[in-house]
Amino acid sequence: MSTASSNAATEARDAIKDLSMLKQKEMIQNNYDELARVGETGKKVVYTFIPGNINELVRCFDVVGNYPEINALQNGLRKKSGNFIMEAERTGHSEDVCTYVKTDIGMARRGNIGPTGQHLPEPDLLLLSYTGCFTFMKWFELLRHEYKCPTVMLHVPYQGEGRVTTNMRNYIVKQLRETVIPELERVSGVKFDIDRLREYLRESAKAEDDLVWVLQSAKNRPSPIDGFFGAMYYVGPIFSAFRGTKDATEYYRLLRAEIAERVAQGKGPVTPDGDMGPEKYRLVTEGTLNYTHMREFWKMFYDEGAVCVASTYTKVGGVYDFGFRHDPEHPLESLADYCLGVYTNLNLPQRVDMIERYINEYQADGLLINSIKSCNSFSAGQLLLMREIEQRTGKPAAFVETDLVDPRYFSAANVKNRLESYFQMIDQKRRAA
Amino acid sequence: MTARHEPIIERCQALFEDLNFENARAWKAAVPGRRVIAFMPIYVPREIIHAAGMLPLGIFGGGDQLEVIQGDAYFQSYICRIPRSTIELVLTGRLDFVDGMLFPSICDVIRNLSGMLQLIRRDMYVRYFDVPQNYQASIGGEYYIHELQELREGLERLRGAPITDEALRHSIALFNTNRDLINEFYALRQAQPWNVPAVEAYLVSRAGMMLPVEEHNQMLRDYMDAVRDADRPRRDNCRIVLSGMFCEQPPLNLIKSIEMSGCYVVNDDFMLVNRWMTAPVPVAGDPISNLALHFLNYSVKTSATYEANEEDKGKYLVEAVRGSGAEGVIFAAASFCDPALLERPMLQDALNAANIPFIAFKYAENSGQMQPIREQAGTFADSIKLWGETA
Ligand code: SF4
Ligand code: SF4
Repeated sequence: MSTASSNAATEARDAIKDLSMLKQKEMIQNNYDELARVGETGKKVVYTFIPGNINELVRCFDVVGNYPEINALQNGLRKKSGNFIMEAERTGHSEDVCTYVKTDIGMARRGNIGPTGQHLPEPDLLLLSYTGCFTFMKWFELLRHEYKCPTVMLHVPYQGEGRVTTNMRNYIVKQLRETVIPELERVSGVKFDIDRLREYLRESAKAEDDLVWVLQSAKNRPSPIDGFFGAMYYVGPIFSAFRGTKDATEYYRLLRAEIAERVAQGKGPVTPDGDMGPEKYRLVTEGTLNYTHMREFWKMFYDEGAVCVASTYTKVGGVYDFGFRHDPEHPLESLADYCLGVYTNLNLPQRVDMIERYINEYQADGLLINSIKSCNSFSAGQLLLMREIEQRTGKPAAFVETDLVDPRYFSAANVKNRLESYFQMIDQKRRAA
Repeated sequence: MTARHEPIIERCQALFEDLNFENARAWKAAVPGRRVIAFMPIYVPREIIHAAGMLPLGIFGGGDQLEVIQGDAYFQSYICRIPRSTIELVLTGRLDFVDGMLFPSICDVIRNLSGMLQLIRRDMYVRYFDVPQNYQASIGGEYYIHELQELREGLERLRGAPITDEALRHSIALFNTNRDLINEFYALRQAQPWNVPAVEAYLVSRAGMMLPVEEHNQMLRDYMDAVRDADRPRRDNCRIVLSGMFCEQPPLNLIKSIEMSGCYVVNDDFMLVNRWMTAPVPVAGDPISNLALHFLNYSVKTSATYEANEEDKGKYLVEAVRGSGAEGVIFAAASFCDPALLERPMLQDALNAANIPFIAFKYAENSGQMQPIREQAGTFADSIKLWGETA
């Protein structure tokens, strides 16, 4: 191949990569723009959460979605969360509780200027789809207390016995039919059209296929993606306002093409510092990310040649890799199954099984837990989970502690030390083998 | 002469201190085939367990007497104490005689603890007990009827025999009596807090977590007979409501300290399971639907549940204050307790709107240092008295 043509090929590949990233940026910006413009457009604003969100249904009512968790994490990435948390604590919120909530409350208290610097409108409706974490319930009670706006709840029962029962599914479908849909109709003034919902669900399933392909590409050696840090960007659109849209379908199509190209070239993941060097360690991660020091945290991995091949955090907005897809033929039931199946709604034995499977299927060297002070939903039980995994797989596990968006709980030196000893442990295991 | 209430309190104290649960063990050993079902805060339908011929046994942590060694290795430092002492009880064999354990939907910690128990005690019947947060009969009600039915079937399998409707009705009636007596007990304490000191009220109520309901009913009657109109020393205390202690329990010393520093506790949220239904559950008709629908319409309000109406947020606490003639509220929450701590700012707003003073602090079940709490409560009591006089 001539130099000119190989340059052209590189440019083309970069263009593909850029396209997917640009596409996502544009989508996110559009949503914030839409929120900022509701004064002119008259569109109603619905706040809702990520795990088990029913975005396809929400879209049927021509409303604009606002996602407090996304705002919180974006504020974390932009180093704004620390001040918001302190603001909330100054006004009576306990230092012990989830910092997502406090970032959100602090932001509201300071004029509700969102992460992009644009004003976020007040909610016309709080859609409390309450999946896998009790804090959500109190979070929206707190927001309702702030905004005095209508709230509608979708209570999703927990998979306490590790299975979904007909009773659970029926309960969710009934709530959708009898409380959630009528309330969305009332607030938006738009009549529910089940065919429109089916259309969104069809789009969701397409995007889900491509997302799964991308996540599972990490089974390759070297893995072309980082399935934790990098994948957090990949799941952004499908976890938030965009699942069910043609934009999301297009984003995942572009992303898949980009990753396929990397696989074809035997390349590892892209990091903030460019392509990662040789892959030395393959890890499965459990727990959420840290957003205030994301780059620094990630660097501790890629500098050592460690790639995260699979993570549980990228399943909080849907576990698609074991076969679930939104199903236009059974719209409401499929929304129910989706909510019931998200990672935070699985019981501890199910979580252990899932991680064990990841370690085996992705040929990982071990498990790394990022334990988050904020989040009891994730954290309570992780130490037992770690032991179980070590016993079952014979692979070493390690534990670091940070927080999602509270910069006070990120101790770079501690985390780095822990990671270094962990990598040494893996080396020793290898030598022993 | 020994006052009549003293032996009762001694018995309650012994039950409270016995972390080997000898009483429940003896109950089980007395008749072959008996079973014990443990449960954690905040609410389970004990009627169904009782109707299965089993003993519902409340596990409310290890208190300040249990040395937690292994349990600490199971939880990060930023998680409350009750799950670690519960794990300690399990790992040290103190709950080896228990046949099943129920984990109510109170918070993520207890929820995840249910999964931990599934992994640690694979031989045991473990159930996460989910209650509806939707209170409409045709939605949450129907769901809950099925959940109760599943619980019933689970216990039937354990027992190897059906639980009849008749047995359920009988149990409902007994627990109705228990709730009536508990209400009477709380009313007596509100009327004569000097005759029902906070620690005694706590211990008598807590005994209900460990005794068969029939015995607890008798104990409540006996205690009330013994203290009603007893002329125990009366102090110039203010009257307060305690809020936030519904799960991890405070050390007895903490309750004592509050009273010693000048506050009569006239209402609280200890062991809400004792008072969960605010009206008697109908005995006639289908017992499972009665339990389910009553849960929707007559449950107590607490931080761990959803309040569907903003206007009603915190109303229950204001009513608890007004109804008991209290002059203030002490918020005492277990450290790291999500439901209590997330709820608190909203409750405080409701109190502010109603002009009710309050203070707040945190504790752990093994807190040892009472001096700061005594000082805080003492200053609060003084300010209430002062404020009360000048108002
Ligand atoms: S506790 Fe965890 S799952 Fe719940 S809102 Fe906070 S971060 Fe999210
Ligand atoms: S003390 Fe609070 S956080 Fe801890 S288990 Fe109980 S309810 Fe949950």
